Amino acid sequence: MSADSYNQARPSISQQARRRWVSRIVTALMGLSALLVMTPLFLVLYFLIREGASALDWHFFTQLPKPTGEVGGGMANAIVGTLVLLGMAAAIGVPIGVMGGVYLAEYGGERTNDVIRFTADVLNGIPSIVWGMVVYAMLVVPFKTFSAYAGGVALGLMMVPMVMRTTEEVMLLVPQSYREAGLALGIARWKIITVIVIRTAMRGIVTGVLIALARVAGETAPLLFTALGNNFWSHNLSEPISALPLQIFSYAISPYDDWHRQAWAGALVLMLLILVTNLVVRMLSRGRPQS
Amino acid sequence: MPENSTLPIESGPAPAEAIKPQSPGQTADAPAFDVSNFSLWYGTRQALHDVTIQISKNRVTAIIGPSGCGKSTFLRALNRMHEVMPGTRMQGSLKLFGEDLYRPGLDAAEVRRRVGMVFQKSNPFPTMSIRENVLVGLKLNGIRDRALLQERLEGSLRMSALWDEVKDHLNRPGVSLSGGQQQRLCIARALAVEPDVLLMDEPCSALDPLATARIEELIQQLRLRYTVVIVTHNMQQAARCSDRTAFFYLGRLIEYADTRVLFTSPANPQTEAYVSGRFG
Repeated sequence: MSADSYNQARPSISQQARRRWVSRIVTALMGLSALLVMTPLFLVLYFLIREGASALDWHFFTQLPKPTGEVGGGMANAIVGTLVLLGMAAAIGVPIGVMGGVYLAEYGGERTNDVIRFTADVLNGIPSIVWGMVVYAMLVVPFKTFSAYAGGVALGLMMVPMVMRTTEEVMLLVPQSYREAGLALGIARWKIITVIVIRTAMRGIVTGVLIALARVAGETAPLLFTALGNNFWSHNLSEPISALPLQIFSYAISPYDDWHRQAWAGALVLMLLILVTNLVVRMLSRGRPQS
Repeated sequence: MPENSTLPIESGPAPAEAIKPQSPGQTADAPAFDVSNFSLWYGTRQALHDVTIQISKNRVTAIIGPSGCGKSTFLRALNRMHEVMPGTRMQGSLKLFGEDLYRPGLDAAEVRRRVGMVFQKSNPFPTMSIRENVLVGLKLNGIRDRALLQERLEGSLRMSALWDEVKDHLNRPGVSLSGGQQQRLCIARALAVEPDVLLMDEPCSALDPLATARIEELIQQLRLRYTVVIVTHNMQQAARCSDRTAFFYLGRLIEYADTRVLFTSPANPQTEAYVSGRFG
């Protein structure tokens, strides 16, 4: 294209037509890309429902897995196990993550913060199986047993950097003027932070925690050699415990059709759990704005 | 020990200390703030040069001057709010009723309990109700006495001329009020901790004329019980509601006089140029 066609004050009719076409094509391509992003979600949901819905009955939620060869049974222990593991993960990840985030937002110097943020970002990028191996070496080998504790610790450690960064971000969103208003009342700094700033940022912090929980809820790799999994109720946290992803994994690689169907159902339950969490997060973050 | 019972007078507090409370005197123009040779730096930039000023008790003192003249910095130095910014440094002395506010060991929070502040933009805490906003300073400073809290709640809201408007919905969020009401809520919040002084940093600059008029009216009420220092961009406002006015320029106190004198016959040509609207 020659330079003077750019310089013309008004494009010719044919140029205008061409531009309209280019515009339409590019818009269509972008729309298609957006659609492509959404298709996997619908495909996943479609297959999970097609394959898993038939195995999803009352027994699935209430019964233990049946011994090899017997048809029926459920994943009650795995569902409870996942909730127990998430509880332990939250007990570790939430306080450490939130306090770390508060430190980053309110106390840390520029230099230290850079180091902490960089470390957290690297930790966020570590493959989850590495967390499993680390906790295996830290807790499983010394105590000579797989345990619910080890699984909870692995998931909890994964949560720490995620919760920390989101906490920091939402704390920094709280306007400085609230901190100043508190200081001007002669209130101690730590009280301003806990009662005023954290309370203002609470919705965002809860959102961050839920997102982190949803992410670790589906993790299998860190549980493989920590929580290990089993086929019965766990009454002791220092023994192996089952979890939905683990049960799905062991059923999916088994040779039995019935177990395959149950694996699909388990995946469907896990997927719904994460979907619901995300909906709750959306509802929370849609509430009244922060200022 | 026997000495204690026989010589109670010598073992009591030092005579100088016993006399101290009476010494500031109860004359009408007793100084609240006594500032001398006060300078302040942000890092290497000097924001205040050698300010010496006495601010009278139970008077409204206005601080005027063009943007960047150091008037807000000076106001924030009066309750050590500038310390929020890292890298600030000061020199000189700043006393409130004879007590050095920068004395080592004196907690800035303690200073701010005695020297309250209202900001340019109203900032009620968004998670708190009207009631909680007013009482937060007391509650977080450890006051639990319900009767006292109730009394301060009503007293502060009455003092800030907001009581009649909010008394029936004290549990609504503070941010549900209008802009002018929010600013009066912030004044009530500052008054609830019963400070000696109220600093106001351009409290009306975000308000419409009607809301501004209400705040100015309120300032006239406040001077009966408090010492008020107000920074304002608006010279008419300074003329309307202050007893004395200080003009700052380039970090220096240029002139300080009774408001009427400063606006009608300023001694300094720079002051005259500013108040007559020739610059700034």
